[in-house]
Parts: sequence; C-alpha cells; structure tokens
Amino acid sequence: MEKIFFRPEALYDVPTHYCPGCGHGIVHRLVAQVIDQLGIREKTIGIAPVGCAVVAYDYWNFDCSEAAHGRALAVATAIKRVRPQNIVFTYQGDGDLAAIGTNETIHAASRGENLTVIFINNAVYGMTGGQMAPTTLLGQKTSTTIDGRDREKHGYPLKISEMLALLPGVYYIERVSLHNPQEVLKTKRAIRQAFENQINNSGFSLVEILSPCPTCWGLNPKESLDWIRDYMQKEFPLGRIK
Amino acid sequence: MPKKKILISGNEAIAEGALQAGCSFYAGYPITPQNELIAYMAQYMPKTGGVFIQAESELAAINMVYGASAAGARAMTSSSSPGISLKQEGISYIAGAELPAVIVNIMRGGPGLGNIAPAQSDYFQATRGGGHGDYHTIVLAPGSVQEAYDLAQTSFYLADKYRMPVMILGDGILGQMMEPILVSHKSPAANRHNKQKPWALSGCKGRKPNIIKSFALAEGALEELNLKLQRKYKVIKNKESRFENLFLDDAKVVLVAYGTMARIAKSALGRLRLAGKKIGLIRPITLWPFPERAFCLRNKRIKYLVIEMSYGQMLEDVRLTVNGKAGVEFLGRSGGGVPSEEEIINKVKKIL
Amino acid sequence: MAKIIINQDKCKGCFLCVSFCPKGLIKKSAKLNKRGLNFVEFDDRGECIGCMQCAVICPDCCIEVYK
Repeated sequence: MEKIFFRPEALYDVPTHYCPGCGHGIVHRLVAQVIDQLGIREKTIGIAPVGCAVVAYDYWNFDCSEAAHGRALAVATAIKRVRPQNIVFTYQGDGDLAAIGTNETIHAASRGENLTVIFINNAVYGMTGGQMAPTTLLGQKTSTTIDGRDREKHGYPLKISEMLALLPGVYYIERVSLHNPQEVLKTKRAIRQAFENQINNSGFSLVEILSPCPTCWGLNPKESLDWIRDYMQKEFPLGRIK
Repeated sequence: MPKKKILISGNEAIAEGALQAGCSFYAGYPITPQNELIAYMAQYMPKTGGVFIQAESELAAINMVYGASAAGARAMTSSSSPGISLKQEGISYIAGAELPAVIVNIMRGGPGLGNIAPAQSDYFQATRGGGHGDYHTIVLAPGSVQEAYDLAQTSFYLADKYRMPVMILGDGILGQMMEPILVSHKSPAANRHNKQKPWALSGCKGRKPNIIKSFALAEGALEELNLKLQRKYKVIKNKESRFENLFLDDAKVVLVAYGTMARIAKSALGRLRLAGKKIGLIRPITLWPFPERAFCLRNKRIKYLVIEMSYGQMLEDVRLTVNGKAGVEFLGRSGGGVPSEEEIINKVKKIL
Repeated sequence: MAKIIINQDKCKGCFLCVSFCPKGLIKKSAKLNKRGLNFVEFDDRGECIGCMQCAVICPDCCIEVYK
C-alpha cells in the first residue's frame, strides 16, 4: 500500500493551540501542502497576523515574521520589494485585513504588489473572545453586538474582496469555503493559484476563506460548517471575484 | 579619503549620508518640514539600486521599515512630530524584535497639528520610549548640516551593531538651512555595507527557519527578552554616549543645549566670553544614552543653564544627572518660539 | 482496499471526520488521550475506499491515508 495522504514537510509535527474544529488548522495544512507541491519551501517567507494565528510561525517550517495588528501587508510589501526572489505571503484574519489594516490592504492592492494574501474570514474576533468583526453578519450575536448586529448601530458587513476587485492593481481574488471536504479541496486549488500567480509575477492575489470558529459562534464543529453553508455564504458568495 | 564640498540642506544631507551608508530601503510620507528628505530619496534611492516607497501613511511607512529590516536591508523612514507619534507602535515592535532601523524626526511645533516652525518638544517622546514597553532608541542630535550628514552614517552603524532603532532628532531650522559640507566622493550604492545577516529572513535554504517576532507567551520568555535588551542598553550607556564641551575649566555658568539651540547658545557664549564672563557649554550629541560623564564637574558653585525649544524636557535629564550637586536653571520657549541670543545673555547675567 | 492511521494523541475530538466518512468507519472513542480529549478510532472493516475526506477535513493533520 502507498501512503497517499500525509503531513506536508512545510508543517511541523506538533499539536496546535487552535480549538477543536477551527479552520486555521485546515488552512495551515493547505498552505503547507501547496508550498511543498510547488517546491518553494526554502524560498518562502510568511507573515503571521495578530489573532489566533499569531503563532502560525510555530507550525510552519519556513522563514516567518510577526507583524503588528493590521500591518502585515506593509511588512510584506517591503520584504518583497527588498527580496523579489522570495515568495512572500500574508495570512490574516478579518480584523487584521479589513478593520485595523484596511488602509494597508487597499494600498498594497492598489500598488499591485506581487504578493499572495490568505484571508481567513470567520465573521468574529476569535482570539479576544468573540467580538464583532467587519464581516459579522446582520443579526449575528457577538460579545459587542449582544442583541445581534444591527445595521443602524453597527453598520453593514464589509465585503472587502468585492471592494478590492475594483482596483486595477489587483490580479486575482477568489472566495472559497471550508464547509465540506470538496470545498476544502477547492480552497486548496485557489491557494495554489494565488501562489502560482506570485511565481509568475502576475500580481496581487487574495484568497478569502470562509472559516469556522466553533468556540465564538457557540456551535459544535459540524454545526459551524453547516452555518457557513447555510448562512455565511449567502452574505459572502463563493467563487471567482476577479 | 578625498572629499568634495557641496552646498546642501540639513534634510538632504541626512538623506545623502544615509545613502552613503548603504541605506537600501526608504519609506516615508510627506510632512513639513522634512519634505526635502523624502524628495531626495525619491530622486536618488532608485539610482543606487535601492527601494523607495511613498507609503500611504507614516504608520504604513514604519511597518515597511520593519519588513525591509527583517529581510536584512538597511532601512530608514523620516517624518516630523505628529507623524512620529503615528510611528510609535512600529518603533516599539522594531525594538522588541531587535531589528536595526533608522528613524528621522525633524521636529515642529506641537502638540496636535501645531505649526511648521522648529521645536525641541519631542525629547520626551524620543528618549522616554514614545511607544509602549521597556525599550530605548539611541537618539542622535546633530547641530549642523555637516553633523547631520555624518551622524546619518553613524546611525546605520549603531543600528546594525546593536540591532535596535536609532533616531536622528533634528528640527525645522536644521532641516531647512543650507550649509557647505564635505561629503564622500564615492557614489552611493545600496547594500554597500550589507553583510548577510544570519538572523534575517531570506528563505530557509540550508538552515533552520528564522522567525522575527517580539511576542513571547511562554512563562519567563518575555522577561528573558527584556533582560537581554537591558544588558544591551547597559553596554550602550557605557560605550556610545557622545557630546561636545567648551570652556568647562573655568566656567561659572554652563549652558546645556543640543541641536540648533546649541548653535544659538554658542553665539551667546562667544559674546559673553568676549565680555569677560566665565561661561561654558555642554552640547549632548547623544540624547539617549544621555552623556552623564560630561557633567562630572568638581566645582559645586557651578550653575547649569539648560536651554531648549520646549518647556523643560532635557532639563529633567540634567537634573537627574546633577542630582542636587549643583544648581540647574532653565530657559525655554515652545510652540515654534526660539530663544534668542539676547534672551540667553540676559538670563545668564541674572544668574551670575 | 485502503486504510487510515489516526494520530490519537494529536486528535482534539472535533469529530468532523466522523461526520464526513461516507462509510461511517470512524467512531468516537470512549477513552481519553494524553491531553484529556475524546479521540476518534478507525473501525477497520476492510471497507475503506481511500476517499481521503477524513484527512482533508481534519484540522489537526492527524490522519494518514494508505491505498
């Protein structure tokens, strides 16, 4: 018998601190698998966010940097401009990319930086205990929208991917999901595309991944995936945006 | 090493000095009174083979410097007072991650939006952290355009040697004024002084992965990092303080001033000495580490007169250093006001 | 004919693999692992088709698949 599924070399063989059923675990592995398949582990530099994945560098077997909250795309812009021969990617949550970091996100995209961006959208601020995120759905209860997100008090969820797609500097944007194994494989294909675009110098590539946060959603892992399938993707439709 | 003489502004001299030091990355945002620096970098940095980015904010610029430095480049940003406030988070991260970086502050009047006239009211911000946490930046205060050029090169040397942020603290007068200076004949080349930094991010081929971070959750880990930083700062305090002093042997009143203020103080000192008054001067060139050993004067009847374009910031360091062993007086103006020779002379006469 | 090997010490008991195995070959264990979590067990009845859905959905990279 042949081993047909195994831990990628770019992922360390250590248990993670993520909650049971958390999407980070799946996406960390997908990124590592793509990096292995493209043979770029020794050239890759990853930038970790502030959020639950702040210690992503403890799980990935390649050069990594931390960045201040929201600033990953400024850090990545500079690393890539100084070392264009390396493959540079950021891994960011919804607060990092679309709240505090919105300015850095828009301008890196507008400058058309040749970067790969992995955007984990779980509609909540996980690490700090479950506050409203820019992508929290209307009606969704969080610790700062106790009665549910209200468009008058809290505004609408932010569709940053659709906004970025308007910029000429952006080359590729796709929204994918983790709510079943088929969708996970589609996510892997999108991640691979986003890395290949950088290798080919095609330009700014972003993959938005609808990801479960069972702990802050108050659902068990399977229910969380179903919530993405039944509610989240209605607000954030899947597919190629640019 | 033969040099050539050029006429140049303080802002541009800092940029030229940085390029001569092999600075290969600059990110900045326009703000008066340092716009000549970013314009010089826009024109000349690409010619040396380096990277120039006009960032979307001062906040983005300091984070770009973090990234460039993490990738092993000699990296720099510049701004003026309100923009430096924006950079504080980034500077704290740079200090915590032990990255080399050079930050230039051409001070203007504050607080808030203030005005575009010169000031020295960011001394606290520069020397007392400015950002959060127990860290320091080395602070260099040039007093002439020549010194601005020279210290720009020193700043990169110190930043790399100690792996920390270094600040060049100027003001609107120094930034804007033009003086003839001697500069190197060599054309600047990016990365000229760049040795491969073994800790930098370059892709993990042939080695274990490097991680650049300032986060340490494990029990005792952050304390260990802090102790390492404190040991570093102790070495710097012992080795790297710089100052200039004049006429301390027979001085009864010693003027203490830095940067542009020291030039005005020197003019006042000249006139007072011609009139037979025993006046001396201490000009700190490093504000952190503060040059404590310049103040070891045995004559207890000396009075120090601290003169600043502020309401008394370096004054506190002088008081701490003197520690009650001599009198310390103060003359200052802020919000764009500049103490004149006359004001200094009158104050000295009152003290004598 | 295929099989899986589960790293029971890394398993966090999210049970997503249990939901997605099309043959129902993964079961919740009554036992606890070293980390105090209910892990999952592979019921090797010889019916595994090596579809890899369990491994693909596992957030903790606990499952190796052989075919």
